[in-house]
Amino acid sequence: MNKIWLIIQREYLTRVRKKSFLIMTFLTPLLLAAFMVIPAWLATVSDSDEVVMVLDESGRFVNKLENKGDLKFIPLQGTLEQAKTIYQETDNTALLYIPPIELDNPEGIKIYANKNASIQTKVRLENMLEKEIENQRYVASGIDRTALERMKANISIATVNLSEEGEKDNNAFVTSGAGIIGAVVIYFFIFMYGVQIMRGVIEEKTNRIVEVMISSVKPFQLMMGKIVGIAAVGLTQFLLWVVLSIVVVTGVQAAFGIKAQTPMERVEAGRAAATGEEQVDAEDAAQQSESNEMVASAFKAMGNLNIPLILGCFLFYFLGGYLLYGSLFGAIGAAVDNETDTQQFMFPITIPLVISFIMSYTVVIQNPDGPVAFWMSIIPFTSPIIMMVRIPFGVPNWELLLSMGLLILGFILTTWLAARIYRVGILMYGKKVNYKELSKWLFYRV
Amino acid sequence: MSILKIDSVSKRYANHTALSNVSFDIPQGCIFGLLGPNGAGKTSLIRIITQITGADTGEIHFKGERLKPNHIREMGYLPEERGLYKKMKVGEQLLYLARLKGLSKEEATARIKAWVDRLEIREWLGKNIEDLSKGMQQKVQFIATVLHEPDLIILDEPFSGFDPINANLIKDEILRLREKGASIIFSTHRMESVEELCDNIALINRSRKVLDGPVKEIRNAYKTDTFQIIGNGQLLVLSPDFEVLEQHDNHGVFRANIRLLNGAKPNDLLRYLLDRVEIHSFVELVPSINDIFIRKVKETHE
Repeated sequence: MNKIWLIIQREYLTRVRKKSFLIMTFLTPLLLAAFMVIPAWLATVSDSDEVVMVLDESGRFVNKLENKGDLKFIPLQGTLEQAKTIYQETDNTALLYIPPIELDNPEGIKIYANKNASIQTKVRLENMLEKEIENQRYVASGIDRTALERMKANISIATVNLSEEGEKDNNAFVTSGAGIIGAVVIYFFIFMYGVQIMRGVIEEKTNRIVEVMISSVKPFQLMMGKIVGIAAVGLTQFLLWVVLSIVVVTGVQAAFGIKAQTPMERVEAGRAAATGEEQVDAEDAAQQSESNEMVASAFKAMGNLNIPLILGCFLFYFLGGYLLYGSLFGAIGAAVDNETDTQQFMFPITIPLVISFIMSYTVVIQNPDGPVAFWMSIIPFTSPIIMMVRIPFGVPNWELLLSMGLLILGFILTTWLAARIYRVGILMYGKKVNYKELSKWLFYRV
Repeated sequence: MSILKIDSVSKRYANHTALSNVSFDIPQGCIFGLLGPNGAGKTSLIRIITQITGADTGEIHFKGERLKPNHIREMGYLPEERGLYKKMKVGEQLLYLARLKGLSKEEATARIKAWVDRLEIREWLGKNIEDLSKGMQQKVQFIATVLHEPDLIILDEPFSGFDPINANLIKDEILRLREKGASIIFSTHRMESVEELCDNIALINRSRKVLDGPVKEIRNAYKTDTFQIIGNGQLLVLSPDFEVLEQHDNHGVFRANIRLLNGAKPNDLLRYLLDRVEIHSFVELVPSINDIFIRKVKETHE
């Protein structure tokens, strides 16, 4: 036991002290932060006003195109040619040309721009023009716009879980999100660190240190020490990521919080100025309050998730899945002489992982209590990923216990298999191994 | 008393026999040469002794006890395929290997200090193994093998990769370890390299033991009573007791290999020669282990 402990320590310390580990650990949360900050920053950068010159030959949009947010309008007079010359002398965003149009057939509207006008600008202009034309059509056909607005319905269905603990507000989005995050993390963890085990074993083999080691410790101790040591590395990295991400995200929010709020404030200020005269703004406001509601209900649903259960299960499946696959990766490392030979053995191991990963965000998330989800969450090779998706939706205790029990049995089995391949493989050099050979190793008497 | 008693050990792999019915004793406190060509089964035997693998049949007794896992602590093994963790510092690596053998941290540290001073590699302690020259790595590996002061040290091809200076350094260390009471097994296919060092040997060929015993006895047993004489004069041997095997004359200087027959003694030959020629050198031609091995192998094949 003492020897395994020494091996675990070595495997852990040599990896944690590596530069690549430190870089990965500190860079990932920074990248995460960058993903959050850069779009926000870009949004503030492109916040410079867009000025659109308007030549309205139809006369339908006089005083109708109002400055809104960062979009400003300058009306022009004269012919199109004159307007073009005037526009080209400025560095305004675009020239909007509205020919004399019929209400029934509004065609021929054009945007001229020195640079390419952004799609965003184009869409905004289109929306404004559409709204105005619609308004004028309503007026022409004698329909009262406000009466029509009142008839519009906006329904959002609240989902409530009827569970033993009573009714709980539920939010499919949050629930599936929680599940998918757990599944994705486990998937990548198994892959990243499983491959590290394999590399570690190959390294020991190619360095020829294995015989020295084996004359001091049992092959099984060497293998388990490596697997557990690398698991500790993974947990350390994961915890550091969580902590650092929280620190970085809070930091970013503190630094950019004010800026992030600016557009919102501006919109609200604009709305206050418009005091609901403009239908467009009223609709915006409705949408705004709706999305606020969504966020609120998401938070409420998050509060209703069984966080301790999810975290507990996450740790269990995280480690269980890792141990199950880790020992197999170790066995592959022992069976080959170098990394290029690993392909043929990697394939059958990665297949269940990849399938369960794909199933997790397709079939399972759509029907978390269906037969596919059930079986895949029971079978040890797929359960670490699939069960994580199901847990936030609520899983009967017996299913959870069965799945956990089978996972434990599963990793005992794979560890046993791996150990038998390992003890033969690590001392075998220069031999191309195939499955037939491997199956023989299982029954070697060493 | 023997430190290791190997009793009819056999080992088969899938399609070849590595060892068949090998038995011999390794006396305590001696340097024992385990000799044989490549593929004879030496490494298989060593792996059984170090309990990396098990024998199919037969038994091994270590200090009179049947071999058991905790005997590993009392053995130090330098495999032919050497290797260390490349990215690990010399000092950490030695400490790690020593602690795996059951030494406490304090004791291991003290011993490492003593050894690196003696082999003059102190300034390398903080370096990664990959930054060391091959010979330097070998020294580190040798230290790792003997750091826990094992009673039985097994060295598989110990001098391969050493330059002559370092090889001598290691030879001296090995002799010093024997004086301190350790028993040492040398395994090599280069028999001449260990002949002078070994007290006892066992010859293995094609999975079978060919011969074993103290080097002196073996060589005596394979003596052919042949002497090489160098001297001045006209040598003409006309006696039924002496047979000239080979003779070269060069400007009055001769060199001859003469075998004694009919129970004649070396002194008889000397007396016979003294009257006839001037003798400069009189040496018994003792067969080398290599010669004996080749003879023995030929015999077994015939």
